[in-house]
Amino acid sequence: MGLIHDIDYGTPVSSGTTLVTLTIDGREIMVPEGTSVMRASMEAGIQVPKLCATDMVDAFGSCRLCLVEIEGRAGTPASCTTPVAQGMVVHTQTGKLKDIRRGVMELYISDHPLDCLTCAANGDCELQDMAGAVGLRDVRYGYEGDNHVRTRDSSGGLNARYMPKDESNPYFTYDPSKCIVCSRCVRACEDVQGTFALTIEGRGFGSRVSPGMHESFLGSECVSCGACVQACPTATLTEKSVIAIGQPEHSVVTTCAYCGVGCSFKAEMRGQELVRMVPWKDGKANRGHSCVKGRFAYGYASHADRILSPMVRASIHEPWREVTWDEAIAHTASEFRRIQAKHGKQSIGGITSSRCTNEETYLVQKLIRAGFGNNNVDTCARVCHSPTGYGLKQTFGTSAGTQDFDSVEHTDVVILIGANPTDGHPVFASRLKKRLRKGAKLIVIDPRRIDLVRTPHIEAAYHLPLPPGTNVAVLTALAHVIVTEGLMDEKFIRERCDWSEFEGWAEFVSRPENSPEALGMLTGVKPADMRGAARLFATGGNGAIYYGLGVTEHSQGSTTVMAIANLAMATGNIGRKGVGVNPLRGQNNVQGACDMGSFPHELPGYRHVSDDATRETFEKLWGVALDNEPGLRIPNMLDAAVEGTFKGIYIQGEDILQSDPNTRHVAAGLEAMECVVVHDLFLNETANYAHVFLPGSTFLEKDGTFTNAERRINRVRRVMSPKNGFADWEITQKLAQAMGQGWAYTHPSQIMDEIALTTPSFAGVSYALLEQKGSVQWPCNEKAPEGTPIMHMDGFVRGKGQFIITEYVATDERTGPRFPLLLTTGRILSQYNVGAQTRRTANVAWHGEDRLEIHPHDAEQRGVKDGDWVKLASRAGETSLRATITDRVAPGVVYTTFHHPDTQANVITTDHSDWATNCPEYKVTAVQVSPSNGPSRWQEDYNRFANDSRRILAAE
Amino acid sequence: MQPELIDHHAEVRARIIRMANQIATFFASKPHDAGVAGVAQHINDFWEPRMRAQLLEIVAEGDAALSAPLGAPALSAPLGAPALSALVRDAAPLVRRPAR
Repeated sequence: MGLIHDIDYGTPVSSGTTLVTLTIDGREIMVPEGTSVMRASMEAGIQVPKLCATDMVDAFGSCRLCLVEIEGRAGTPASCTTPVAQGMVVHTQTGKLKDIRRGVMELYISDHPLDCLTCAANGDCELQDMAGAVGLRDVRYGYEGDNHVRTRDSSGGLNARYMPKDESNPYFTYDPSKCIVCSRCVRACEDVQGTFALTIEGRGFGSRVSPGMHESFLGSECVSCGACVQACPTATLTEKSVIAIGQPEHSVVTTCAYCGVGCSFKAEMRGQELVRMVPWKDGKANRGHSCVKGRFAYGYASHADRILSPMVRASIHEPWREVTWDEAIAHTASEFRRIQAKHGKQSIGGITSSRCTNEETYLVQKLIRAGFGNNNVDTCARVCHSPTGYGLKQTFGTSAGTQDFDSVEHTDVVILIGANPTDGHPVFASRLKKRLRKGAKLIVIDPRRIDLVRTPHIEAAYHLPLPPGTNVAVLTALAHVIVTEGLMDEKFIRERCDWSEFEGWAEFVSRPENSPEALGMLTGVKPADMRGAARLFATGGNGAIYYGLGVTEHSQGSTTVMAIANLAMATGNIGRKGVGVNPLRGQNNVQGACDMGSFPHELPGYRHVSDDATRETFEKLWGVALDNEPGLRIPNMLDAAVEGTFKGIYIQGEDILQSDPNTRHVAAGLEAMECVVVHDLFLNETANYAHVFLPGSTFLEKDGTFTNAERRINRVRRVMSPKNGFADWEITQKLAQAMGQGWAYTHPSQIMDEIALTTPSFAGVSYALLEQKGSVQWPCNEKAPEGTPIMHMDGFVRGKGQFIITEYVATDERTGPRFPLLLTTGRILSQYNVGAQTRRTANVAWHGEDRLEIHPHDAEQRGVKDGDWVKLASRAGETSLRATITDRVAPGVVYTTFHHPDTQANVITTDHSDWATNCPEYKVTAVQVSPSNGPSRWQEDYNRFANDSRRILAAE
Repeated sequence: MQPELIDHHAEVRARIIRMANQIATFFASKPHDAGVAGVAQHINDFWEPRMRAQLLEIVAEGDAALSAPLGAPALSAPLGAPALSALVRDAAPLVRRPAR
């Protein structure tokens, strides 16, 4: 083991296809046209000295260190900005070059502190390396002249050029005295992240890196993605963790445990201490980029709130009692068996976690199906992407997105609907923005003016600001334009889809009541914009649709997914690079949790429990008879609990009390149960109603795999011992053993082998393959031994693509005199879901509380000023939070996040749900907003209850 | 925390009717027979036996009310309560009867 060193080629790879041969220092090398001389040298194994060049950004040519001599050309061109040419003869080391480079370094060092031994970058400093590389032995200019290094000048007066360190960002520091103004950070912010928060202010010797208009990092537009820190060749931008701990000594490649993008990181370690997380250049989802959560927000893993010993209690009104693992497991098993003996086999169930690994999820569903003997298993995908699974299976035949993330580089027109990637899926957003800056067009369909509608160097061609709940109407209007104006791809439809279904659908969308003009009356979206957007999507080249929970979390969630699939098929945008239907998955492993058979009606690989052949595969292997009836979904479990037929639940890594809708209903369901087992890192809100608490392990503490939104199976690797003693799969195994299951897995790779053995789409997957290829996208089997980056290339998985009629039906949740506003909910960049992880990191510096976004017009009518406490009330309940006045939301629409348990936004949301999957309608709730003077009575009561419920008896 | 007292039977009933009707609304755009088959298959695929039993009970109550002699007291929900859509009623005979 050692540190994994990525090779820096100095300039990005060229997309050229013609090969060019040149000679560098006597070595002949062949590279694609458009490659820089610097990159070609590095590929030939010759490292030209450099400071301002790095392959994450385009060449800039400012440091004058990478100069070379080229035969037949005058002067000493910079190798980073000089493209290769056929037959070119390059010399990278001559007497002239040596003198120039040494002179340049001498100038740099004359304005740089000489504190290398105590510098945080010691051992990881390119300036230090280059001083060594050019043989710098002396600085003839001295250090007393004009400089940025010392607080006082040589006569003792204040040095106006000196700037103190900016430590405002919680995760990294900016020390201007160490800056060599190579502008790598500025370019990383522009090219890689696309935020444009950094600039160079001043000119000549006065040039300085500046966040915004000479602001602090925290006060500027900086989103703390870490790209600048990674780009910095000196100690100017340095992780505070490196300053505190020192340089790492080994690193392990693993996968981020936040969103569904599934970024690959190098966990850089010193012993078992995590020094920093650095995005891995070879990660195929993130290509070396990261966001504030994955890069920095891992502190929760060692937070004092983590529970490390199992605990039990007889009633939720008692304090917790710490017990041994054996006692906790034996108690749980006996409680579950007691309940089943008394109330029947169907009276218990469980919830798998989209945060845990595939192997862990597989085991939990196996425990329930084989050990509990029923199909009462569900997962949090129920409340996010279950309509994606249903809708895409009906239309295409697979419950997953069609592309890889690289595909966006070939997209010409993007429809972004019900997703806010700059907050929810930031690394994908950066990749999308990069493509948009190169000329791709964007259509945003969202009630809010999300950042991508207009952000530096990006402006959406169309923003269709529809009211929450009308996605189907708008998508059908777009289809109307495409069909009635003859813009569909008839060849594709005839070859690939069911033609008679298409004809029925085309007749439906062509009806006058589905025209933009008619549906514009209903939605308030301008018909001309709908027509323009439809024409652009149908005729603008490769069209791709990206969507999020703003599509699925509606009473017509599944219908909207089908409408999206219809649109993609009608325009022929399926089955090649740059197109497709791309659900942006919420949790790190929500795709995997669905693949692994977490739904009550499906065994692993999306095969219905009523299918005899599939059940037989598992029955033979597991040695038990399996139930052929679908089991209870999460809302059904809660209903059944209130009815008194469901009494016990094993919940791994999900906080249903905070994340599921209609909190009071969830609380009533949990309270009615006799044995609630919560397996988590923290005493989450659900644990307030638990009788057994099994402490969980973090992604840093176990081996396994996560599957991201592109169906990519990525390895998760253990970098430290579990603080709680066991990886989560081991805990589930202990429980299964206590319930009579003879499991004997000793490593998660054996669980993956079982998955491969039983599930056709995973048949070729093994840890050995993942080790060799880094990652693989399912289906991975005999037909596709290396996985499947793009699906439906030569035909749909179901055979012919199916067009489905998508009639718009208004939700039952209507505004009226009592509740005149529509509430919609979402995420913010720095926080994640229920916030259990991110609230326990310094990310609270950006978002310390949930705020209600309200339009100035609605605020004025109610006498609400910015920052005021307001009461938010719906038919389901009421809560209080503070208001932010903004015209990002339309009049009549309010918006909030659900990251903080103090707010409990889900007290407000109702139990309306998607017709097909029961995915809750989080995105539409009729509410009223009124001034308030602080937290509501409910919030105060709940806080008191939560505090009481978290008491732990002192050890005896 | 005390959950409010609610009439569970009425609530369950209203929820089942609402969910079944939502499914029927989606399949209403299909030809009648395909719609009936679609509704029944959806319920068979995704509804666990307890919910199917609740649905079939509501269907049976409705049939009883329809065939009750004039003047007999109504067995089903009071006036104004939600009712199953015709498509769900048509699909009911195809809904798999729970074994347990």
